[in-house]
Amino acid sequence: MMEKDQNKTSHAILSIENIKVQFGKRCILKDVNIQVNPGEFIGLIGPNGVGKSTLLKVILGLLAPTAGNVCIGGKTARKGNRSIGYVPQKLYLDPQIPLRGRDLVALGLDGHRWGISLHAKERKKRVDEMLEAVDASRFADSPVGLLSGGEQQRLLIAQALLTEPKLLLLDEPLSNLDIKSAYEVVQLVSRIGHEKRVAVILVAHDMNPLLGVMDRVLYLADGKAAIGTVDDVFCSDVLSKLYGYPVEVLHVNGRIMVVGGNDSGMNGFPLESNCCDSGAES
Amino acid sequence: MRNIFNLIFAPGFFENAQVINALLLGGVVAAISGVVGVFVVIRGQSFAGHSIADFGGAGAAVAFLLGINTLWGFLGFGVLSAVGVELMGRRAHERDTATGIVLSIALGVESLFLFLDTHYTGQSGAPMLILFGSIFVIKPSTVPIVIGLTVMTAIIICLIYRPLLLCSIDSDLALTRGVPVRIVSLLFIILLALVVEEASLITGALLSTALLIGPAATAMRLTHKMGPAMLCSSVLGMLAMWLGVVLAYDSYLWPPQGRGWPVSFFVCVLILLFYLLGRMHGTIHRADKVSQSAEVITNA
Repeated sequence: MMEKDQNKTSHAILSIENIKVQFGKRCILKDVNIQVNPGEFIGLIGPNGVGKSTLLKVILGLLAPTAGNVCIGGKTARKGNRSIGYVPQKLYLDPQIPLRGRDLVALGLDGHRWGISLHAKERKKRVDEMLEAVDASRFADSPVGLLSGGEQQRLLIAQALLTEPKLLLLDEPLSNLDIKSAYEVVQLVSRIGHEKRVAVILVAHDMNPLLGVMDRVLYLADGKAAIGTVDDVFCSDVLSKLYGYPVEVLHVNGRIMVVGGNDSGMNGFPLESNCCDSGAES
Repeated sequence: MRNIFNLIFAPGFFENAQVINALLLGGVVAAISGVVGVFVVIRGQSFAGHSIADFGGAGAAVAFLLGINTLWGFLGFGVLSAVGVELMGRRAHERDTATGIVLSIALGVESLFLFLDTHYTGQSGAPMLILFGSIFVIKPSTVPIVIGLTVMTAIIICLIYRPLLLCSIDSDLALTRGVPVRIVSLLFIILLALVVEEASLITGALLSTALLIGPAATAMRLTHKMGPAMLCSSVLGMLAMWLGVVLAYDSYLWPPQGRGWPVSFFVCVLILLFYLLGRMHGTIHRADKVSQSAEVITNA
């Protein structure tokens, strides 16, 4: 696996060393190594079912790796870590749910606390600031169930940022969005990551919407990982080794396509969704 | 004026101890049902609530046969089935199946014990009492127990309010925040069982979810904030309950004379009426909202 050792510094916010995750005899992840620096934007890319969610669970401390170490800010991964913000893929809500956008965001601040909230003023101030930061103020008082996927995604990002995390994890935030909303969400996350020096790991099955913003890409295939800059990872040698099968990387109009098969592209099948479907499929 | 008053509140209404009991108990139970109901609707657990009630009904039938307070039968079997439903089904789909199985077992056991009840105690009214409620014949000694349980439920809801809301919105998100999701869910379904079983005493095992779902669903059409929704849901439930008691008392004089109609009937009809009105209002209100946001889009 290629590992860029230049980033292996002691002040890495996330450090994953040689982790292996195994369910019974089935190996989901093996030999995954990555050091993420503060403020860095990492795209976690790979086909479906390849272990992206598993890796997120390991970082979140919801799943202990079979072997290896995961440290966040120098401490071993654990559940309920305040220095990680998590944005779930999509909300499955009753459209009638009596909750406004701002109520959802406020849960990011103290949703884990017992009892009912007391410091209403302080709470409102911080929620308002965060709503402003993600450009969600105009629909903050609308019922959550009536908002679009992109609007809900902004609220979810806001709730994840309220604890002032050092690391933001987004689980396929683009998969339910149209092209324009996907682009806006990526820009928003990138801007906030830089402004607040929050490292971002954004999971996607298509890397194209992230091409301009990600610093490095972590590509998963067949339980194995390759990490580096886009140019380093997306070359035929690296991906062929990863898949254990001849794979070609095509550049089409500034977009990248990964296709299988070593003869003329005609017989190749796409391993990456590509071109103009940045998740527009339902 | 006096005549109108007498027309609504038949003479003797406020002097009758059973009626006062019914108003007190009904009000308390309707209020807590309204609060818990909002969470039940958000979490999509109305089917679970219904099954728990029916399991409680089987317990009540057993208690009736043994000659003990049916409340203990309702509560014992209800809480047991609630824990069963929660432990059997982790995922939503599993839970639906598990609940369906619990429901059919409950009704089967209930049919046997109701049959035994009428056979051995000679009281042909037992099935009616357990399935459709008996607010006017509740023992006064039961009232403090129900009030105590209700207060306890309210306190626990306050304590777990935020984590419960977070779990109800997205359980993965709650997990990552360190919320013990399984414990919170288990605690909630036990509270749900307590509330549903208290309601069973009043509207009967078959109709105990009427107070739980209808008012909450109506309130959610009227407001989109949690606090007001729970308050509104409680008030609507209490209103339906109290009007139901009044009408049931009045119906003593309706055919067949000398026997009042079941309170449950009036309560359910009133709740349906509220819901339909709320739905109409909600549809108009939301149509406004949608056209407003459409304007924003065209302007942008």
